[in-house]
Amino acid sequence: MSVRSTLPRSDVSAQGGAPPFGSVGMQDGATQGLASRTAEIAALDADLSARRAQVAQRRRLIIYALRLAFTVLWLGSWELSTRLNWVDPFFVGQPSGVVQRLWTWITEGTALGPLWLQAVVTMQEAVVGFLIGAALGVVFGILLGRIEVMAEVLSPFIKGANAIPRVVLGSLFAVMFGLSLWGKAATAVVLVFFVVFFNAFQGVREVDRNLIANARILGADNRRLTTEIIIPSAMTWILASLHISFGLAIVGAVVGELFGATAGLGQLIYNAGHTFDVNGVFAGMFVLAVLALIAEGLISALENRLVKWRPSRVSGEIPI
Amino acid sequence: MAGAAIELRSVTKRFATPKGGVYTAIRDLTMEVAPGEFCAVVGPTGCGKSTTLALISGLERASAGEVLVAGEAVRGIPQGIGYVFQSDAVFPWKTVLGNVAAGPRYHGVSNWDASKQAKEWIARVGLAGFEDRYPHQLSGGMRKRVGLAQSLINNPRILLMDEPFSALDVQTRTLMENELLSLWAASSASVVFVTHDLEEAIALADRVVVMTAGPGTVKGTFAVDLPRPRNVAEIRFQPRFVQIYEAIWSQLRDEVLVSYERQKHAAAV
Repeated sequence: MSVRSTLPRSDVSAQGGAPPFGSVGMQDGATQGLASRTAEIAALDADLSARRAQVAQRRRLIIYALRLAFTVLWLGSWELSTRLNWVDPFFVGQPSGVVQRLWTWITEGTALGPLWLQAVVTMQEAVVGFLIGAALGVVFGILLGRIEVMAEVLSPFIKGANAIPRVVLGSLFAVMFGLSLWGKAATAVVLVFFVVFFNAFQGVREVDRNLIANARILGADNRRLTTEIIIPSAMTWILASLHISFGLAIVGAVVGELFGATAGLGQLIYNAGHTFDVNGVFAGMFVLAVLALIAEGLISALENRLVKWRPSRVSGEIPI
Repeated sequence: MAGAAIELRSVTKRFATPKGGVYTAIRDLTMEVAPGEFCAVVGPTGCGKSTTLALISGLERASAGEVLVAGEAVRGIPQGIGYVFQSDAVFPWKTVLGNVAAGPRYHGVSNWDASKQAKEWIARVGLAGFEDRYPHQLSGGMRKRVGLAQSLINNPRILLMDEPFSALDVQTRTLMENELLSLWAASSASVVFVTHDLEEAIALADRVVVMTAGPGTVKGTFAVDLPRPRNVAEIRFQPRFVQIYEAIWSQLRDEVLVSYERQKHAAAV
């Protein structure tokens, strides 16, 4: 009589009835066929993965072709409608004009000096602001996440500061720091700080209680708990915020330049706008976009290095 | 009893609920575990089994009563405690080696010695060659082995296990249970093994403690006089196993029914 059959149905009897696999001996014939079967399966696998690679390759080509078609349609319709004078190129610009403007900037320099110098100035402001803002955000996020009293005391101030449309602080910083790099960097700092701070704070709060308990049982002191459990766990959140916040650092630098600057892409765009040079505005935007995309790529590379313990991206997922 | 590894004396644990009420998880619980004993705790869902472990480990403090480990009242986490959690508690950002070496490193062992010890333990739980993998690259059973090695490397005098194998499939589970028994036999540790599976409890333990439906307290204790070494896969078919099962089940059944009725009412409200 089996034990299980005498029991009423309940969660107790439903669990853990192991089949007696230990007592069933392997048939001798079964091992012989095993080698040839393994080879057969390996061949099937290889075939399947080759076919899958082919399909993926074709799909990639189609996507690129569609992207090209979209670009042609977009720029072509813009160019055409201005050529045919359906809309006035004076107000909306013209792709060919933008390319021309970029070319003069590259070959002859801009009104403010060489183009690369404007890019360097703006990127310097953005990067300095980004680094300071992100570092402060991470440090304060972790501190407030770990020390509850601090979070309770400071939370109304932080919420209040976050409610201000912070770009207006750019005018304040222009007064404080004059035309130097620091005014623009400071604007970038206030934009970056809050995004990183809130993510770091949340990341610390969301650490799995089980992991903390496990580390404490294993003998981790508070310092180890922070460096080995809390920070790595919050890193996913922090890195996600860095993606958004580098874009914000560029916004900060460009807005800062509007409040007073002698060089930089923001200043260049501002000047172009003032002289009714719409193509110049678009050209400046284009350069900014390229730089932002490069920075984004660098941050993604950093992310992949730092969180290599995470399961890799599902192949079907579309990276945007 | 003098010399008990673990003693709980009339322990009560109450939690504040988010709505401002008080929830009593365990009430007036008295039990003890002898040095080197394998003690299983069974009881219906929500009877405070996990809370009992949390109290012994010092992760939670008792609201009333005394918890003693090796004769000393528990304040903070006692020395020589190991804890294997129900869900995965290995650190996902550390490799297998890093996970297993964590315990010795936290106790001030140099990195070099810690990884040497860790490699031995990784081999002992059958994961040699997987040192550089991250947990997400392992199966559930392998992660459990990492968790076991992570706890056992600290050479605990007391090993607390909270339904450690409940998430595993039945075959893997039987293998892990056998491995646990041989690892335990090679050590001198006392084990408190919480489970809701009575078969698992009898197959592994020297003694089974039955808890009442929550708030939990001890309903009865049963000695399991099956000979060791045991093979978990086969022991269930011994007549003596069935006898013990029936004796314990007659007590456990009522508690399971009480707990089940309560859940039904809670769901209906």
